[in-house]
Amino acid sequence: MPFIPHTPDDIAQMLGAIGADSIDALFDEIPQALRVASLSGVPEALTEMQVGRLMMARARKDGLALNFLGAGAYEHHIPAAVWSIVTRGEYYSAYTPYQAEASQGTLQLLYEYQTMMSSLTGMQVSNASLYDGASAVAEACLMAVRAHRRSKSSRILVPASLNPTYLSVARTITSGQNLDLQVLPYDGTGCFDQAALDAFKGQDITAVVIQQPNFFGRLEDVDALTDWAHSQGALVIAVVNPLSLAILKPPGQWGEKGVDIVVGEGQPLGVPLSSGGPYFGFMCTRMELVRQMPGRIVGRTTDLDGKPGFTLTLQAREQHIRRSKATSNICTNQGLLVTAATIHMSILGADGLAAVAATSQRQTSRLVAKLTALSGVELVFEGPRFHEAVLRLNRPVAGVLAALAEAGVVGGQDLSAQYPELGQALLVCATEMRTDEDIDAYATALATVLEKQA
Amino acid sequence: MSNIPADLKYLSSHEWVRVDAAGEVTVGISDHAQDALGDLVFVEVPEVGSQLSKGAAAAVVESVKAASDVYSPLTGEVVAVNEALTGSPELVNTDPYGEGWLFKLKLAAPAELDELLAAAAYEQVVTDAAG
Repeated sequence: MPFIPHTPDDIAQMLGAIGADSIDALFDEIPQALRVASLSGVPEALTEMQVGRLMMARARKDGLALNFLGAGAYEHHIPAAVWSIVTRGEYYSAYTPYQAEASQGTLQLLYEYQTMMSSLTGMQVSNASLYDGASAVAEACLMAVRAHRRSKSSRILVPASLNPTYLSVARTITSGQNLDLQVLPYDGTGCFDQAALDAFKGQDITAVVIQQPNFFGRLEDVDALTDWAHSQGALVIAVVNPLSLAILKPPGQWGEKGVDIVVGEGQPLGVPLSSGGPYFGFMCTRMELVRQMPGRIVGRTTDLDGKPGFTLTLQAREQHIRRSKATSNICTNQGLLVTAATIHMSILGADGLAAVAATSQRQTSRLVAKLTALSGVELVFEGPRFHEAVLRLNRPVAGVLAALAEAGVVGGQDLSAQYPELGQALLVCATEMRTDEDIDAYATALATVLEKQA
Repeated sequence: MSNIPADLKYLSSHEWVRVDAAGEVTVGISDHAQDALGDLVFVEVPEVGSQLSKGAAAAVVESVKAASDVYSPLTGEVVAVNEALTGSPELVNTDPYGEGWLFKLKLAAPAELDELLAAAAYEQVVTDAAG
């Protein structure tokens, strides 16, 4: 649909039709006392030219550093065709397609997105996306409590190896909803501690959250964890990197029965790193739980003439109909980013995604080997991983990262504040974008920094 | 004109109650309610064994247009639910007073029955709403 602006004449005509003098007059039922003349903390407007200058200056600060930072947001190659197609007018102004008769293209795209996500995760249904990975985890916890009516505890077991940002957002969103989020420790290999889980054996558990790969990049024993949770009558919420599913077992096949809800951050699928966002979250589930799944779902149907078409479905529990009893206050989806992800996945295909995932994993192994060969650098957790690893340095990480940045290398995420028990720990990541030469450059820069600071 | 059987009791929120035995009742939604909702696609019944108080949200009936709460007309324990509605929610549309029943209650306060509407009073509610 093209973007059609309103001219002053159009606006006057519309106001005339409803008998209002001005747009302000439409808000006259809001008392003056409740109106805010100006927002404190929001600076004066700038012109487009000024904003352009400001943003160029900020972008220059980022420089063209070699990036080895992951921790939830990953630098992947995005084929030029992806955003070239996304920014076509037909997609660029896309919003929730309420009007099926005017939105068949957008609806079909969302339907194909849902099909791809269901296929990647091995689940029966996908929604049309959520805001981001962190809020998707919170939505999954709330959904589990709604769906698991026999469980009265609202207790959700979460590993400390879950992305700490996800945990903190989940706490914020679910606060006031009487959820009992219990954070369980990880073991010496950086994985979910089975002994800590066993302490809850026989108790009422609503759901268990399993992140694969976890925040430390480690691969959990997802089959055993899923079966343990199901044996305790708990639902299983999988938090996954969608790219990793191109080479790892889909959550729909974990354990004997597969998981119940799958969520995650969609950014690795065609969304660039852009000062932290916007990204998109995804959510998939089993058909049995679909009525408790928040957000939009597009369905395929046939019209009166028997021709195939697409439409929003299962809307009855959404906010615009069910008000305060809606399954979630999420009533929209990240349309543009989902458009990018769908085009990205169709351009790469299953083989392309698998190649990206496998290359990322291989380059991370190479990175770990090169860096731990240096004196003063050791690997914290042994065992299978995807494309991140935790290293320990023999001196404060912050100073090392600052020195590396001077040398044009973004060295990773300092974990010393969030995980003080790990000491001077650094989370590093190499995607398919990091060549052997890039990795050698990091190792050389780190060696120099360690020598200088010795 | 919607069907309002004379032997049942009603709530102005369109639930009906049939007294099966002393202290035991069956609950459903009225013909008027099913007609207003349109084709039902899903019914969420309460759990057997749960305690409901009068006026509490007990079930959800979902049509293509809306999902609406069904309120418990009386206080008591749920002793049976209509499992057939899981696979065939349309029973509520085709037979709201028979096959489309929702749940059965064992009453904790049978005197509450006296507070329900008789068929004639409920018919007035429906007529007024249409007015």
